Amino acid sequence: MSQSVATGIAPVQSVARGRRSSLTRSRIRAAWTFIAPTVIVLALIAGWPLARTIWFSFTDASLNNLNDYEFIGFENYLASYGGEWFGLLTDPDWWHAVWNTVWFALVSVSIETVLGTVVALILNAAFPGRGIMRAVILIPWAIPTVVSAKMWNWMLHDQFGVINDMLLNLGLIAAPITWTANPDTALWTVVMVDVWKTTPFMALLILAALQMLPGDIYEAARVDGVHPVKVFFRVTLPLIRPALLVAVIFRALDALRVFDLIYVLTANSRDTMSMSVYARQQLVDFQEVGVGSAASTLIFLIIALLVVITMVAGRVRFGEEAR
Amino acid sequence: MADVVLKNVQKSFGRARVIHGVDLDIRDGEFVVFVGPSGCGKSTLLRLIAGLEDITGGDLFIGGERVTELPPAKRGIAMVFQSYALYPHMSVYDNMAFGLELAKSSKQEIDQRVREAARMLQIENLLDRKPRQLSGGQRQRVAIGRAIVRDPKVFLFDEPLSNLDAALRVQTRIEIAKLHTDTRATMIYVTHDQVEAMTLADRIVVLNAGRIEQVGSPLELYHRPANLFVAGFIGSPQMNFIECQVAGVGPDEVLVHLPNGSSVAVPVAPDGVQPGETLTLGVRPDHVQVSSRGPLTGRVELVEELGENHLLYVETGQGSRITVREPGDARHEAGSTVTLDLAPEFCHLFKTSGEALPARNRAAGSALSSPSRMTSSIA
Repeated sequence: MSQSVATGIAPVQSVARGRRSSLTRSRIRAAWTFIAPTVIVLALIAGWPLARTIWFSFTDASLNNLNDYEFIGFENYLASYGGEWFGLLTDPDWWHAVWNTVWFALVSVSIETVLGTVVALILNAAFPGRGIMRAVILIPWAIPTVVSAKMWNWMLHDQFGVINDMLLNLGLIAAPITWTANPDTALWTVVMVDVWKTTPFMALLILAALQMLPGDIYEAARVDGVHPVKVFFRVTLPLIRPALLVAVIFRALDALRVFDLIYVLTANSRDTMSMSVYARQQLVDFQEVGVGSAASTLIFLIIALLVVITMVAGRVRFGEEAR
Repeated sequence: MADVVLKNVQKSFGRARVIHGVDLDIRDGEFVVFVGPSGCGKSTLLRLIAGLEDITGGDLFIGGERVTELPPAKRGIAMVFQSYALYPHMSVYDNMAFGLELAKSSKQEIDQRVREAARMLQIENLLDRKPRQLSGGQRQRVAIGRAIVRDPKVFLFDEPLSNLDAALRVQTRIEIAKLHTDTRATMIYVTHDQVEAMTLADRIVVLNAGRIEQVGSPLELYHRPANLFVAGFIGSPQMNFIECQVAGVGPDEVLVHLPNGSSVAVPVAPDGVQPGETLTLGVRPDHVQVSSRGPLTGRVELVEELGENHLLYVETGQGSRITVREPGDARHEAGSTVTLDLAPEFCHLFKTSGEALPARNRAAGSALSSPSRMTSSIA
């Protein structure tokens, strides 16, 4: 130490530089140590199955014997035999499932966003029993989907269901409705149950965003005499927009993958079949691992595409401070 | 332009009463400052005038009209908040125009008023920016601009400078004073900073625990505090308080014994005090001098040099401490023993109830300002 001081400034600087780079190196090493478990776990539980599914989609694998398969290229997706086209992309059932899923996601997420905002605004207001209300509203979200779907199945039952009974007694309908079997009502019924179940989730996310808003700007708006409705559309909505879009993307991701709710409520009905239900049917019922994997791969691509479109359209930037 | 009259205004939150019947007359064009320690109710009182809180009892009149139950927007007021309260997603221009869009003003008129206010506050070049791109001082100017465009009868300021740094605070204070001379609007200003209160106010309202302690011009409060609380609150460093006993009573003066046995004849009206009664003598640090004459003796505990003057903290026995302010550099060191002289004509006497004995022939009395004093001359 005394030596380096005695010999001048240069050695001190080089010591400092050496120390800094070793510090940087140890920081980088620490960073990798911390993210390594996550990277490994993600690679194992998400990366590997995804890669395997994509691989299977290019084979003729069957559920009977997963070890005996051949690479067949894009034939699961699209193939031509003697001038006729075959494969997933020509299957009207698949496109029907895609349409069902997109329609379901669009309608249910829209309704949930509007209702969730309304509920969040109510829960954000000060009223007695607010804490209890905030807890109670989460109950539909806390019930496992299979349980709530079964529960709704019974409530919607065409002969013994409480809903038909109530509507008959009120005189709103003349005959019981087969809610989940009737093609006209089946998909709407699924949407209704999904809205019942996931509105609390939206409300909770939006409530969190509302609680981040500064209170004083609302007082400024009161002094300015701005009508509350205008305050909502001109002040509140723009300010919670980033959080709202994140919530919408989360919900849309869930809705596009919807399986359990539809499967329990309507089984393999073609009228309500979603992309996931279709993939499961190919994979398990028809034992066509190749076609099922191709469907799963397309689900992955469709969801990725829709999310990217939403993010670009909504100018969502993760990681940027939401202001 | 309007006067503001509070008649027995009260406020309770549930069972907790925070404002205990305030009566106050604020004249048209006057600059009134509410001061007081934290939790004294000064902000609450301002919010009652603004209409952001409901008045629990009593009445409020602005410009002769009873506004007790009117919403804030109908009271003809504009408010500047401590935290600026700008809409973060709107440009400076939109922040100022937002309140006007509803008043059914034409686009042209809105534009004219916004630009006029921006010119007045020298923020014309910032009109397209978002609040987050502005410094604290610029944000506060935008907030003031938003108040100006409303062309209110009464401006309300809720500690507008407390989020600014010291230099900016002085500068913005001067601008607010200038705004007052330019617009001649009635202004009510809340602060805990007595320098702001002294420099800006035509009249200061000292509040404590939801009650008005005293209302008066800055110098009136400084020279003739009505009670112990005001005496201790106004002036920095704080007034010295010494417990004393009445030794004799004359028509125009009261003779008191200090704890060390010496006596001082203070020229105040006796107001019914009797010999033997315990009083509190108050004297500002500027009116105590180091002098061989006495009557107090003590040991210098600490010296603070401030450049243009210095402070001596002198222990005078029994744990009581006297602060002395003298001009120039200190001539005494910590640890040395000094004798202190009080200027009797600048001493105050307070009864045990806290009430001051009325001063007689107080030299400072002639310096009392008229209410129409121009604030800009102070700034």
